[in-house]
Amino acid sequence: MASSVEEQAARDDVDEIELSLLLEGVYRRYGFDFREYAPASLRRRVWRRVHAEGLTTLSALQDKLLHDPACMERLLLDLSINVTAMFRDPTFYAAFREKIVPLLRTYPFTRIWIAGCSTGEEVYSLAILLHEAGVYERTRIYATDINDTVLDRARSGVFPLDKMREYTQNYISAGGEQAFSEYYVAKYDGAQFQRSLVENVVFAQHNLVSDRSFNEFNVVVCRNVMIYFDRALQDRVHRLFYESLINFGVLALGAKESIRFSPFEDRYEELDAAERLYKKVK
Amino acid sequence: MYRLICIGASWGGFDAVSRLLSDIPEDVEQPIVIAQHRHRSTTAGALADLLHLRIKRPVQDVEDKTPIEPCRVYIAPPDYHLLVERGSFALSVDERVQYARPSIDVLFESASHAYGPAAIGIILTGANEDGAAGLAAIKARGGVAIVQDPGEAARRTMPDAAIAATAADAILPLEQMGKFVYGLCVETAAN
Repeated sequence: MASSVEEQAARDDVDEIELSLLLEGVYRRYGFDFREYAPASLRRRVWRRVHAEGLTTLSALQDKLLHDPACMERLLLDLSINVTAMFRDPTFYAAFREKIVPLLRTYPFTRIWIAGCSTGEEVYSLAILLHEAGVYERTRIYATDINDTVLDRARSGVFPLDKMREYTQNYISAGGEQAFSEYYVAKYDGAQFQRSLVENVVFAQHNLVSDRSFNEFNVVVCRNVMIYFDRALQDRVHRLFYESLINFGVLALGAKESIRFSPFEDRYEELDAAERLYKKVK
Repeated sequence: MYRLICIGASWGGFDAVSRLLSDIPEDVEQPIVIAQHRHRSTTAGALADLLHLRIKRPVQDVEDKTPIEPCRVYIAPPDYHLLVERGSFALSVDERVQYARPSIDVLFESASHAYGPAAIGIILTGANEDGAAGLAAIKARGGVAIVQDPGEAARRTMPDAAIAATAADAILPLEQMGKFVYGLCVETAAN
């Protein structure tokens, strides 16, 4: 019995070596740096790719990654698609409407950065909210992600039809004011959302790990993206967001993320503690 | 010396979870972490609030990077996977595993990686097979695998699947489980 536990421990040691070599290889070959991602979820996602490629070891995946850019594309998708939903956490959108929109109204023109927008569900949700609040026309949304492929999907504005019932529920709970179905037309391959919703949206590739700030923003929305990062990387990204926000700009995090314990904790005050909205005050 | 107690239960397992927690004596200092299936719209903190009424230990929903501290009870928030790192928790919104988020397999497997032979896994009542692979991962790394006696579980599918997946160290009725955990965590440490 003890020996099988020892064998497992030896396999785990080898896995750990292989994973760190793989990440190093990916970084040197393609420039994508996943070395400071939170290890537990990273390990799961990379192993899922090992199995999906029909392989059995991390080293075999490393070999394939280094020689086959298409395989790297697939891994990048695994590591960058964040499963999300339109109006996920309806109370967040209600709080956005109630507490952030009034701030936006005090400016003639505002910029919002949605960092790690993945396939765009959050972008369209916010665009709808801003439209209904009457401030969309003077807002520009910058929606960025590390991955070009998911950005293309986000640009297309097509979401699965079978999700519309759930999204409609979320939209209503979030305080939506119209019939949700007015925002899309059902087509054979999904629900096509109105192009006008992304008229003021700039989709762009941006890597939170290695790229710098590219503008000044009234609001930065980054929800359930940094949970995949380790502490040191989170701290650096917090610096990036802090430097990208104007004074009295707002940082919006996921429901289970917090500015607490970050080096910038005392630079913000809580705008809505439960919904993780923080206002930059110094 | 054991360092983390992981409990998995499915929807409807609240009574079993709270019974087990109230049976674990206070001098068991190991942190306890729970993944229980719930509907995604469940109010965050609701389960913690309910448990709070029944047990004395501090109970909390986990947030990203919450440190793992002794004597506390941690609960996977609804609609997130909960993972264990060395010394702290992490969350993910990856796809459901076996239709579940939080997934017991995800919690237990990550705990087995982070804590190896120092992890204890407990599978309670449930109507699906989540947790079986996770319990096997804990056992494979030298940890302890405990399963509720399927005969007395409200739903036996989950305990049955766990027993089929690994050689459990103990298959116990709920009422004996607290004492067993006490034996592992306190008496073993004293010897």
